[in-house]
Amino acid sequence: MSILVNKNTRVVVQGITGKEGSFHATQCKAYGTQVVAGVTPGKAGQEVEGIPVFNTVRDAVKKTQCDTSLIFVPPPFAADAILEAADAGVKLVICITEGIPVNDMVRVKRALHGRPVRLIGPNCPGVITVDEAKIGIMPGFIHKKGVVGVVSRSGTLTYEAVHQLSTLGLGETTCVGIGGDPVNGTSFVDVLPLFEQDPETKAIVMIGEIGGDAEEKAAEFIKKNIRKPVVSFIAGITAPPGRRMGHAGAIISGGKGTASEKMKALEAAGVRVCKNPAEIGVTVKAALGR
Amino acid sequence: MNVHEFQAKSLFAQFGVSVPKGKEVKTPLQAEKWARELNSPVFVVKAQIHAGGRGKAGGVKITKNQADVPGLVKELIGKTLVTHQTGPKGRKVRRLLIEEGAGIAKELYLSLLVDRDTGWPVVIASTEGGMEIEEVAAHTPEKIIKELIDPAVGFQSYNGHNVAFALGLNTIEPAVINPFVQMLGNLYKLFMDKNAAMVEINPLVITTDKKLIALDGKVSFDDNSLYKHPDVQAMRDLNEEEPLEIEATASNLNYVKLDGNIGCMVNGAGLAMATMDVIKLAGSEPANFLDVGGGATKETVAAGFRILLKDKNVKGIFINIFGGIVRCERIAHGVIEAAKEVKITVPLVVRLQGTNAKDGRKLLKDSGLKLEVADDLWEAAQKIVGMTGKKRSKPAAAAGGH
Repeated sequence: MSILVNKNTRVVVQGITGKEGSFHATQCKAYGTQVVAGVTPGKAGQEVEGIPVFNTVRDAVKKTQCDTSLIFVPPPFAADAILEAADAGVKLVICITEGIPVNDMVRVKRALHGRPVRLIGPNCPGVITVDEAKIGIMPGFIHKKGVVGVVSRSGTLTYEAVHQLSTLGLGETTCVGIGGDPVNGTSFVDVLPLFEQDPETKAIVMIGEIGGDAEEKAAEFIKKNIRKPVVSFIAGITAPPGRRMGHAGAIISGGKGTASEKMKALEAAGVRVCKNPAEIGVTVKAALGR
Repeated sequence: MNVHEFQAKSLFAQFGVSVPKGKEVKTPLQAEKWARELNSPVFVVKAQIHAGGRGKAGGVKITKNQADVPGLVKELIGKTLVTHQTGPKGRKVRRLLIEEGAGIAKELYLSLLVDRDTGWPVVIASTEGGMEIEEVAAHTPEKIIKELIDPAVGFQSYNGHNVAFALGLNTIEPAVINPFVQMLGNLYKLFMDKNAAMVEINPLVITTDKKLIALDGKVSFDDNSLYKHPDVQAMRDLNEEEPLEIEATASNLNYVKLDGNIGCMVNGAGLAMATMDVIKLAGSEPANFLDVGGGATKETVAAGFRILLKDKNVKGIFINIFGGIVRCERIAHGVIEAAKEVKITVPLVVRLQGTNAKDGRKLLKDSGLKLEVADDLWEAAQKIVGMTGKKRSKPAAAAGGH
């Protein structure tokens, strides 16, 4: 078992003929993911590492029955790509693109509301179910099949946590990067119940950062609905207010969205909060009584 | 990206939101000319810096005497204003706004931004105009009015009525209800058309002759949307930005200057923040946030070194790279080449983890360069703090922004 994606997931890569798109489509395929199609308007008939390219997602769905899209389209065209995937009937859209205009995401989020489609990201590393499907840009080999579900707003910081989990022999089930943008498709509270229901996941690691109140919302949710142990790290305790720390969404504004506020809310909900990012792995180990 | 008050007001005017008649000046001579032309019973001279709290810091002067205006300008130009938002160094005043005064009957607060919970634009309003909205929210949250705007259809008149009646405009001044609704619609149009991140009017005043005027204005823009708006890009004032941050942007690096002593260079924003945090846990303070991106090539690392070394507070450098798709031995080559190119004058700790980390660390150890190599994050942080001394710098001040 796993969440969101598995070995049967059929992936279409939008923007597959670009530098990033072709590189990562190849990497995902090499990991064992079923990458069955690519889309770049006007390039139908070409192939990328044996993956057929189509002009539209609609054509790709018709010909390959792909059900999940991975997007590497540049920021000005990414909103269009997400909406195209949703319209073509793709169930899961994972958008890696960083730098999409906020207003574009406002429109996209509104348009997807009530539709049978889930958007992960944008500005995220993607989703991996260990040994089954890697749909994103994360390095596959650091993952080890195991018992911990990981959900995170960050990229490399997630790799850091995964590395600790793998080294300690705990391993992961599925890792979900929800992205660093202020308006995104999926939040912690959407992913947490999936891990709670997944029988293979025994503990959850939640990596947050400054900005917004997604972590506070998650704390509320965990208190009511999550029985599995949750370990959390919140990045940015040293971040000054009013400054954007790399991610568009990582900003303390009007005194709101500080790391200490988030840690306090999570601790109050019974979450084991690590102050030291180097201790995420050992904290999970202790929580599992191993 | 932030802009000055006079630029925000020119955008307001462009979108049909009333502002006092005013003009930007840079010299007493320009001020004299403009004051004569303006010919107002009251003149307001306002320092233009990208920070709030200008009034309290002496950056706003009011006079009824036209002849005094050039003198006030002379006094303010070149002066350094220290407000609660500038940090202890303050900001030098280079530009001024001179405008007519207004007869104030009532001050309101109004702003527009994207609500992160819903992903919808939201109007925030309050009868407590002229105060900082964070203060109002902290002490009297019941005085904050929020109206979400459905982005599928945009601002509707009923949204405006909801806000107007919640503010009690029907008792404060019924004559301004319709102009208020119209103004809010105009403000929404500005917000969406120009891809603003935030539009704020504080105070929005009802004048003694029953008019609505934006007495102060602040607009910031979504950086991801700037490519759509050359007119907005032209408003950028580099004098208001940290020189090292401008240099970093030019090298495609994401850098934020802080006040500590340990310079750090990291791949990825989340890990970069976590690295800052771990430096503090180890007993020191980070000098900066620096994300060199996923690639971390020789070029980006060299550019990173140059920027870090220009910061005189930096007493040691901590490189923390998690090699993913990019293999660690390539990153090690990058660090070695960059370190040869840029003379490193302070202790250096490099922590490599991820793909081919062992090979990378061996390359670094065998390079003959003066550096410490580490594989564990916590061990690395303690090393660099140990090499530079645990002396804490002054607590980080609230830098930048408005």
